Amino acid sequence: MESTTLAHHLLLAALVFCAGLTGVLVRRNLLVTYMCLELMLAATMLALVAFSRFNGTMDGAVLVFFVITVAAAEVAVGLALIVALFRRTGAVGSDRLDSLADR
Amino acid sequence: MPDPLFVFIAALTLGACCLLVASRNPVTSAMGMILALVGIAAEFFLLDAYFLGVLQVLVYAGAVMVLFLFIIMLLDVQPPGGAYPWKRALAGGAAFLLLSAAAFALLAPEGSLAKAAGPTPPELAANPESYATAAKAFGRSLYTKYMLPLQMAGLLLLLALVGVVTLAKAPKSAD
Repeated sequence: MESTTLAHHLLLAALVFCAGLTGVLVRRNLLVTYMCLELMLAATMLALVAFSRFNGTMDGAVLVFFVITVAAAEVAVGLALIVALFRRTGAVGSDRLDSLADR
Repeated sequence: MPDPLFVFIAALTLGACCLLVASRNPVTSAMGMILALVGIAAEFFLLDAYFLGVLQVLVYAGAVMVLFLFIIMLLDVQPPGGAYPWKRALAGGAAFLLLSAAAFALLAPEGSLAKAAGPTPPELAANPESYATAAKAFGRSLYTKYMLPLQMAGLLLLLALVGVVTLAKAPKSAD
């Protein structure tokens, strides 16, 4: 803890966020895309806790509590949507969802 | 030079992120995700946020990822055929990890990010909720300053529950 600065933690958060963003952009399996989205949320939580710790306030940590709550609700609804989509189209690939495409 | 424990945890987390993004099998991706979330929880422990670290492991790595694995196995999606692009994946992963190491080496010690942490601003110094590790501090914050958001979070969970039940109904009743 002595020589690990705020910058280290923020950089790690930024890199994890970038990895999640890459996954969202690159992957076609909706479930994996969704996991990468969750990874981006987790990265922002890390940044919040780091700021909270280094500023000596409780607010960022409490905000993380709410982020976890919202993320849990979001996962439940999102996975239900993916299952409903699978029932309708029989696939979870985002490249298969082209019924609105002009062909 | 940062704490060796930090270096280990950061490497573990970033490697797990690469596994999540690069693996073609969704179950392997989920395992990478669990590893990354546990790494971030370990980061929380390094930042003295013990309660949040435990919460992260319980809620995220526990409940949420089990839900993900259930859905992955329920849908039983076959990975796409064809040869796995090893070269591209390895090059991407190596580039990402090298760039990460370079970013830590160049930016962290004397970069602009490090200078940003100056003296505590007066509005923060006047904050009654100073940083604490005990779960009690969360309770105090949640039931005083963040009372309304807490109620809203409860409402949100209820709405999500109702929404999931509606979505999960058989589609025949809808048409």
